[in-house]
Amino acid sequence: METREDLLVVDRLKTQFFTYGGVVEALDEVSFEIRLGEIFGLVGESGCGKSVTATSILGLVAKPGKIVSGRVLLDGENLVEKSEQEMNRVRGSRIAMIFQDPTSSLNPLFRIGYQVAEPYIYHQRRPKRQALKDATEILAKTGLPDAVEKSRNYPHELSGGMRQRAMIAMSLTCEPDLLIADEPTTNLDVTIGRQILDLVKDLQREFGASVLWITHDMAVVAQMCDRVGVMYAGTIVEKTDVRTLFRNAKHPYTERLLRAIPSAVKSADKLEEIPGSVPQLIHPPTGCRFHPRCDHVMEICSRVKPVELEVEPGHMVACHLFGGEKEAT
Amino acid sequence: MRIPGSMLFSSRYRLLQKRLHPITKEWGLTFYVLRHSTLAVVGGLIALAFIFIALFGAMLAPYNPISANIQDRFQPPSASHPLGTDTMGRDVMSRMLAGAQHSIKAGLIVLAIAVPLGVLLGGIAGLFGGWIDEVIMRVTDMFLAFPSLVLAMAFSAALGPSLFNAMIALSIVWWPMYARLVRGQALAVRETSYVEAARSRGASNWHIMFKHILPNCLSPILVTLTLDMGWVITAAASLSFLGFGAQPPIPEWGRMVSDGRIYMLRAWWMSVFPGLGIVLVVLGFNLLGDGIRDSLDPKLRRLTEVTWKPEKTSSSSTD
Amino acid sequence: MRLSTYILRRVAMLIPVLLGVLVIIFVIAYVIPADPARAWAGPRARAEQVQVLEERYHLNDPIYTQIWIYLKNVVLHFDLGVSPTTGRPVRDDLKAFFPATFELAMCAFFLAIALGIPLGVVSALRRNRPTDHFSRVIALTGVSTPLFWSALLLQFLFYYKLGWLPAMGRSTIDITRYTGFVLIDSVLNWNWTAFGDAAIHMILPAATLAFYSMGYLVRITRGSMLEVLEAEYVITAKAKGLPRKIVIYRHALKNAIIPPLTVLGVEFGWLLGGTVLLETIFAWPGMGRYAAGSIVMVDLPAVVGYTLVVAMIMLLSNLVVDILYSVIDPRIRVGGKRR
Repeated sequence: METREDLLVVDRLKTQFFTYGGVVEALDEVSFEIRLGEIFGLVGESGCGKSVTATSILGLVAKPGKIVSGRVLLDGENLVEKSEQEMNRVRGSRIAMIFQDPTSSLNPLFRIGYQVAEPYIYHQRRPKRQALKDATEILAKTGLPDAVEKSRNYPHELSGGMRQRAMIAMSLTCEPDLLIADEPTTNLDVTIGRQILDLVKDLQREFGASVLWITHDMAVVAQMCDRVGVMYAGTIVEKTDVRTLFRNAKHPYTERLLRAIPSAVKSADKLEEIPGSVPQLIHPPTGCRFHPRCDHVMEICSRVKPVELEVEPGHMVACHLFGGEKEAT
Repeated sequence: MRIPGSMLFSSRYRLLQKRLHPITKEWGLTFYVLRHSTLAVVGGLIALAFIFIALFGAMLAPYNPISANIQDRFQPPSASHPLGTDTMGRDVMSRMLAGAQHSIKAGLIVLAIAVPLGVLLGGIAGLFGGWIDEVIMRVTDMFLAFPSLVLAMAFSAALGPSLFNAMIALSIVWWPMYARLVRGQALAVRETSYVEAARSRGASNWHIMFKHILPNCLSPILVTLTLDMGWVITAAASLSFLGFGAQPPIPEWGRMVSDGRIYMLRAWWMSVFPGLGIVLVVLGFNLLGDGIRDSLDPKLRRLTEVTWKPEKTSSSSTD
Repeated sequence: MRLSTYILRRVAMLIPVLLGVLVIIFVIAYVIPADPARAWAGPRARAEQVQVLEERYHLNDPIYTQIWIYLKNVVLHFDLGVSPTTGRPVRDDLKAFFPATFELAMCAFFLAIALGIPLGVVSALRRNRPTDHFSRVIALTGVSTPLFWSALLLQFLFYYKLGWLPAMGRSTIDITRYTGFVLIDSVLNWNWTAFGDAAIHMILPAATLAFYSMGYLVRITRGSMLEVLEAEYVITAKAKGLPRKIVIYRHALKNAIIPPLTVLGVEFGWLLGGTVLLETIFAWPGMGRYAAGSIVMVDLPAVVGYTLVVAMIMLLSNLVVDILYSVIDPRIRVGGKRR
């Protein structure tokens, strides 16, 4: 496997929400890197911090939340330290995002064409008329039928799939280096979702962007991604290329995730569930956050947070089963 | 293909976001947030003080609030008459202390008639839907087509001027707002899966009304009620000011402002102090109502950056 | 749905409500009073006069005949009866007094919008900071102060104590009347002295009324702005890297303005209700003072006629607001119903 240059490095990122209920430790020292031109998948159950990772990278963590420590390096520049104005030159231009729900993510009061054209107007200073024309072109590129006419419509006049195409067009306007896709197919029906997956893959090849693909669907990971990070309760438990993950998963959580995938061989009633649910992050479990649900739990797991270990080249696992002898703190 | 449980989790989360969850279950937190809002506490204290004066004010009054005392006319505020005296030499402070009861009576009676009526009609409209809903809501629309003060004025003109008739008039005007509020809530609750579940078990409409709809309306009603207390007091005072409500010599605050109006240059205290009293009381109820609203609003609560620990943390912190 | 279709539908929906309003007025005028003919003739009327009224409005006939006659009179001739106090038809009285009230209410209305909405927006943007507290206290004090008292106090302060502003009336200079609106007529007369005079008379009443009614607007604008700032499409706009100004004043504000806009109709109704108190104190020669004066004289036709006219203005203003709303929000035209 060839090694490519890192585009984005997330280094021990820690994001917390300061709510009335206490401090929510949404991200606890999350580290991963995305290489040039690859699709990196971030997979995990709902509420494990995938979306917070995305908003942290963009510097858009919602109000009671804050990045407490860690770095986000884009081509070596630390985004966490940038001012709001500097970040505005990154957002939408070098890093763009596609959201989960195209219905609520598009402004209901503006025409589709204008919303797609905005990055042209504000990042590239194109005149408005030109920007609107270019917006129609990129809308057509995402396979929106009658793009000229549809660009004059309001969001509520389009179907869910068409809206998501518009969102994708919007994110691609400035040919970003990194595209963050936060479960863009969750709210679409299966066939349309499939079309959107193919579309993103095609466009990614054409534009040569790197993609951070957030999902909870292992099948989508298998289809889309080059490398994968598995998240659990605000931590990354395993990180490797997609083949290794499906052939040789190491972390007990990843194993259980894979066993929960239905396939043609296993019938649905034999599907395994992971017992328990994602823990509250206000008072997360001590030590390894997965230990209350783990089959292989050991004495050390509740005391010491496991460090990431490279079990084979390019395959990182954070679990005491693989080298728990060192009591690192 | 989805991870089991994740769907269920997110749908429950959405339910919470739509504010259909009876937040009244978390009274502890609500009260906590409320106590930490200085303005709400101030408002609550004013309201309490006002209720106290309404109950015992007549006993506390140092002078007779009704009988004239001509040789003491137009006394400016002094040690013996802290708020001065009026045209008939009556002590303004004593009149205000004795008159507080009329304001609170007006508020309580009007709301005691208007709120149950509005809640009942709104609940029926939302619960049964169809033509019943249509009829009730069109009637509500008709009443809401009038500015409340003007309609109350017309009703009291037809009924004849007295404090009691003014209250009747205000009650007639006030119920539609509650009908609207409860109907909206009832419509939202009717669609939820737990009401559908209750229905499939054969629960009656009344059961659904009392077990599901009313508890969900409790917090918005509480907020509206508190704010309306101030409104009704102002409206009653306004009617009195116009000559509809309390008739002399009843020491109603609005009436006192009106009586002192022509003597503004000679004895400003006659109008200024009773008016100030109204402002304070209404402000108190408004502050309290605003505070309750904010403390019940899950959205605002989420944004409130206070650390609240419902129970003592047993385990030590993680890192 | 096309905008014109929507407007037509909206107007059609108004008719049953208007009919209901007329019925409520009928109940007030003829059903509630113990002796309606006596109530309509006024307290000092002679027996023959009461007799005449009884026959004219068929007051001894069954109630459905009465309501039919009443509806015919109001709808066809806008006949609201004769005021026993002025001895003139209430319709003519109201026509003469309407411009003064409308002018005052409009001035106060625009002042309230111009102050209330920006204050609400600023309050939301500076949440829990001194600016926010300041504007909330201003709004709350305005709402909590009875209009009759603040008017009295401001009049006392700015006229008697400071002598800056006139306390009574609309103007002191006589000009040819074209429209009945002094501010407009003075411009039509090309008489700037008269315009200045009218404007100076307008300041105190309009400001008092605006101060009273803007609180609600501030509260609603603030709340809706806070909600919109958290909306996903605002996050999208931020993720696009748009300048903060564009995110707030284009994407957020256009959405946040809808809830305050929908209450503008109600707001205008409040203002009209408030004019009753205000015109009494500022000796403003409008419908409100006419109505308040009629109350003292136990003049039922005048009060009832006034109520009907105010309700009609309120219905119209709600219609205008609804149309405005559907222009801003394209979604509304789909179902014709609010979200």
